[in-house]
Amino acid sequence: MPVEIDIDHVAKLARLELTDEEKDRLRSQLGLILEHAAKVGEVAAHDVRPTAYAIPRSNVLRPDDLTPSLTQEEALANAPETEAGRFKVPRIAEVD
Amino acid sequence: MTELCDLTATELAGKLRAREISAVEIVESSLARIDAVDTHVQAFLTPTSDLARDRAKAIDEQTAAADTSSEAAGIPLALKDVLSTKGIRTTCGSKILESYVPVYDCTAWARVSADGAALLGKTNCDEFAMGSSNENSAFGPVHNPWDLDAVPGGSSGGSAAAVAAGEAVWALGTDTGGSVRQPAALCGVVGLKPTYGLVSRYGLIAFASSLDTVGTFTRSVRDAALLLTSMAGKDPMDATSLDRPRTDYTLGIDEGIRGIRVGVVKEAFGEGVEPGVRASVQRAIDGLEDLGVSVAEVSLPHAEYALSAYYLIAPSEASSNLARYDGVRYGLRVEGKDSIEMMTKTRGAGFGAEVKRRIMLGTYALSAGYYEAYYGQAQKVRTLIIRDYEQAFASFDVLVSPTSPTTAFKIGERADDPLAMYLSDVFTIPANLAGTPAISIPSGLDEAGLPVGLQLTAPVLGEPTLFRVAHALEREIAFEARPPLLGA
Repeated sequence: MPVEIDIDHVAKLARLELTDEEKDRLRSQLGLILEHAAKVGEVAAHDVRPTAYAIPRSNVLRPDDLTPSLTQEEALANAPETEAGRFKVPRIAEVD
Repeated sequence: MTELCDLTATELAGKLRAREISAVEIVESSLARIDAVDTHVQAFLTPTSDLARDRAKAIDEQTAAADTSSEAAGIPLALKDVLSTKGIRTTCGSKILESYVPVYDCTAWARVSADGAALLGKTNCDEFAMGSSNENSAFGPVHNPWDLDAVPGGSSGGSAAAVAAGEAVWALGTDTGGSVRQPAALCGVVGLKPTYGLVSRYGLIAFASSLDTVGTFTRSVRDAALLLTSMAGKDPMDATSLDRPRTDYTLGIDEGIRGIRVGVVKEAFGEGVEPGVRASVQRAIDGLEDLGVSVAEVSLPHAEYALSAYYLIAPSEASSNLARYDGVRYGLRVEGKDSIEMMTKTRGAGFGAEVKRRIMLGTYALSAGYYEAYYGQAQKVRTLIIRDYEQAFASFDVLVSPTSPTTAFKIGERADDPLAMYLSDVFTIPANLAGTPAISIPSGLDEAGLPVGLQLTAPVLGEPTLFRVAHALEREIAFEARPPLLGA
């Protein structure tokens, strides 16, 4: 059975604006894809450990040396809007 | 007629060292081919012909002075547009990055550039490398040089088509679930996905970080070894890059393969594989026995779950990686009354249908209440697939299968059926999940005259064996057909 998903809730979590037409299409497509993907539940038993990286590494360290980095100008070069050497965004909080 | 741009990098480097030709002549040959065919193929998004010409001149001056250059010097190369290039627009095939100009180079290109390769331009691809046909690019499809109505495969479709059409001698792509090997198969060229972590991902614009690799498109196996030699090695800028000594992967490639044990993946010859694909790959396998290798069937029992696991793991990682496109630091911004509305509108306007589909899929698979059933289970399947490979490689040195179940399909044919499209990668995905190296080489043409790809897979860091077997098989197959577009 195709999986039923709450498209509006997932779109809100993903901060993704969708048209009604997109929502309808995604509801049916994702339902079918998830039905297929649910096959993973058939074989993966509780005694199998999950793998996040195929070639595991731990404690990857490097010497704490000073190296050149981007200048402020470079870091801001692609920003849609800047002010006084900073990224500028629309209002986040209301002020009195 | 065969021109300089149709030769392999190895052949060109030989002629360059013998002073038979100059780097300028090589680059001009590629640029002339791009002029002649790219209006049909549409492989390039951003050409950089001036840079290529400048590089060729510099290499010729350097060669005149001293003969110490790398074999890569002066060889024209194309780069998939998810690989960051300092000062050169890098779009990821997406409207959201349409005018993004990176302020640093990715390590893979930085190293090949340091060896003297000449950059021809940035190639088209599926948006954020998500797709198997190149139809998900915001900037239009790429056309397969073997049949201009067919897809080149994806996601690195532009790089594959450019090498097949002789526009580039070689190219870099990225492979997260088959995005180098599948288009290489569909375009009749050699496509290498190295061991995960062998090539730095620094500057590769992230799709699924635990699966992403930088790979190569070439017209010979030796060229792939040459390009990997230039790129591979530890990079302090990528914590997942492996700490391996610099290796010359071209050494020993010619040593023959007597005594090698080849496993034929049983599951990869079943339902859904086109008869033309099966026949071509089988012919090549029959030829292997003449080379003194032992051939036997092997099973990867959990392979049938790989596709499901991949379409949970990759979108989950993508939904997290693509959270950075929020209209603040780079890329498109659509104004809104507050920051949240600005972000939501920006992402709605900037991403295409497939990217939205995967962000939604991944967000759902990671969300409260569903995480264990989907993402958690998929990660366990990943463990089972790694175990399958460990068992197989206890008895075999390399595994062989078709690269993709079909040859190139028509543009538009699978556009409305995501599941059918995802099946293109059913044989390539397991190597990404297990981190193993794999290579696709042309095994012949099907009855419609379209190229078929054969995939070889070796254990983690088994590149030397992989290249040796692929090189021997390449000689045995002797694939010499050319896309009809190029004439006889």
